[in-house]
Amino acid sequence: MTAIWKHELSGYFHSLTAYIFSAFLLVFVGIGSMLYNIQSAVANFEYVLRFVCLGFVVIIPILTMRVIAEERKLKTDQLLYSLPIKTWQIVTGKYLALLVVYLVPLSVIALYPLIFARFGEVYLPAAYGSLLAFFLLGAALIAVGTFISSLTENQGFAAGIAIPVILLNYYSVSLAEHVSATAFGTVIALLVIAAAIGFVIRYMTRNDNLAFGVSILLILAVGALYLADSSKLEGLLPDIMTRLSLFEQFYTFVNGVFDLTSLVYYVTVIIFFLFLSVQSLEKRRYN
Amino acid sequence: MITVEHLTKCYGDFMAVSDLSFEIGEGHVYGFLGPNGAGKSTTMNIMTGCLSATEGKVKIGGCDIFEEPEKAKRLIGYLPEQPPLYMNETPAEYLRFVGRAKGLKGRELATQIGEVIEQTKIEDVKNRLIATLSKGYRQRVGIAQALLGNPKVIILDEPTVGLDPIQIIEIRDLIRQLGEKHTVILSSHILSEVQAICEKVLIIAHGKLQAFDSPENLETLLRSSNEIDFLTEAGKEETEEILSGISQITEWECSVQEEALSRVSVKVDHEKPREICRQLFFAFADRKKAILELSSRKANLEDVFIELTEGEALQEMPQEPAGKEAENEQRPAEKKEASEKTAESEVNADDSNMEA
Repeated sequence: MTAIWKHELSGYFHSLTAYIFSAFLLVFVGIGSMLYNIQSAVANFEYVLRFVCLGFVVIIPILTMRVIAEERKLKTDQLLYSLPIKTWQIVTGKYLALLVVYLVPLSVIALYPLIFARFGEVYLPAAYGSLLAFFLLGAALIAVGTFISSLTENQGFAAGIAIPVILLNYYSVSLAEHVSATAFGTVIALLVIAAAIGFVIRYMTRNDNLAFGVSILLILAVGALYLADSSKLEGLLPDIMTRLSLFEQFYTFVNGVFDLTSLVYYVTVIIFFLFLSVQSLEKRRYN
Repeated sequence: MITVEHLTKCYGDFMAVSDLSFEIGEGHVYGFLGPNGAGKSTTMNIMTGCLSATEGKVKIGGCDIFEEPEKAKRLIGYLPEQPPLYMNETPAEYLRFVGRAKGLKGRELATQIGEVIEQTKIEDVKNRLIATLSKGYRQRVGIAQALLGNPKVIILDEPTVGLDPIQIIEIRDLIRQLGEKHTVILSSHILSEVQAICEKVLIIAHGKLQAFDSPENLETLLRSSNEIDFLTEAGKEETEEILSGISQITEWECSVQEEALSRVSVKVDHEKPREICRQLFFAFADRKKAILELSSRKANLEDVFIELTEGEALQEMPQEPAGKEAENEQRPAEKKEASEKTAESEVNADDSNMEA
């Protein structure tokens, strides 16, 4: 695992990826702190982070698009498969290298609140609490990006999928206000989701029976729930969308609440998507 | 060293490898021979743990590749068809990564890297970016990578494809050297290559093992044993008349060349082809017709290969002309498959050498 980690890390710093990513993040945070902390003279650094997190839509896909897709393209994945290391070690090694690349600009950013504190009152716990959540938010999105990169051998495609996925996640809270809150609307949405899950399973496993089975089970469950007690489904869809939003969890910290459940949520998302990446790599051996 | 039992691999409905079983001992160079799409790469990918099998078992030095992959993989060095290189690294960096991933550390790592660099002769380019290296050097870096960790088995998938003749000879010498210390398995669709460096040959076609023997034994296995080709000034009818007078000769082909010369090729089942040559000579001499050229051709691996791999295809397509004509038709097609021109000329050169 350390071999993969070191190798990936040297790869990032040999190529432009790490520098472009760091530059973008630092520019975004720089503009944010100029607007909020300097020009508007607001002492809350967390507002800057809130402003910057939209930038993840662009910079996370830049960072993660090549991580696994390129191995496939160059056929170096065959080397990784033939080395005496486990697949989860490959994915974890790669992910940790990405985290280090992400931590480099973040450690520079971590100095900003201290600098501002020299010129006025900065509530440091809120600033650093938000910074921690900001880090975890990025880490979770990197895990999502890693998984998307493992699905294809085309970097552009990986970025093209990751951008709308992150964007959708970003706007899911505002969208939640506009979606139907009625039980029937929720049922329709859940049925669509069940079908989509079926498609994803079909793509991942190339197993028709499993995909149909899972889809039909989910559809039956939704149908049964609707018939049994439709009131439970009311408002469920907006609720799910709000809860699934990674960004919404981060805003809790921005508002000055140190929310442990959010931290747990981020860690869960990270583990879940790394697990999916491992499965996606493993699946390549079985098709 | 390697045991493959009832290996089967299906891609959807397509069966790439079906019920393949063989055993490979320690030491020596083994050749995996088969036309394109015969299942060579698939078998090698399964043996190295890059691919799962639909059914069957692979054991490397007693370790099951599916059940104890780490242990088994430590015994294998693998060079896939396309060398798995990171283009924006130097060979030294690349080898350091692979060495570490194979569990080497510190001084051990440095000495092993030094050794493989020396063995594969990449000392001069070890600090240049792999992207700038020629194909031959890339191939060597790929082999160097496979050698790290001193594995007992080295598996090379078409190691000489796309190299120029000098590079091919160098890589072959390297493989021969490796065969002294390791078990080397290489795949190829170039027959002369396998004949030149392998001590044992596995012929695979349509995902099945067709033969497993030494090149010499495979040649004797061939049904259409030896052939005598000659050019005579006798006309076609006269030649046939003379040939029918020799009792040991039952099958021949005769074509008329310019200046009323006949080119004849005679199939010989006799254990002493020289004896037939002698009889031919005197038979034509009695008629005052000179034999202008005469050569006896030993069946080579190419014939065995075509017979073994095409035999099945011919059975499947009975409308195809059987026998010699079909062979002649398929031979050029076979050579076209050797994707690189250099490799092709290499085959021809080697064949003519063998004939001489």
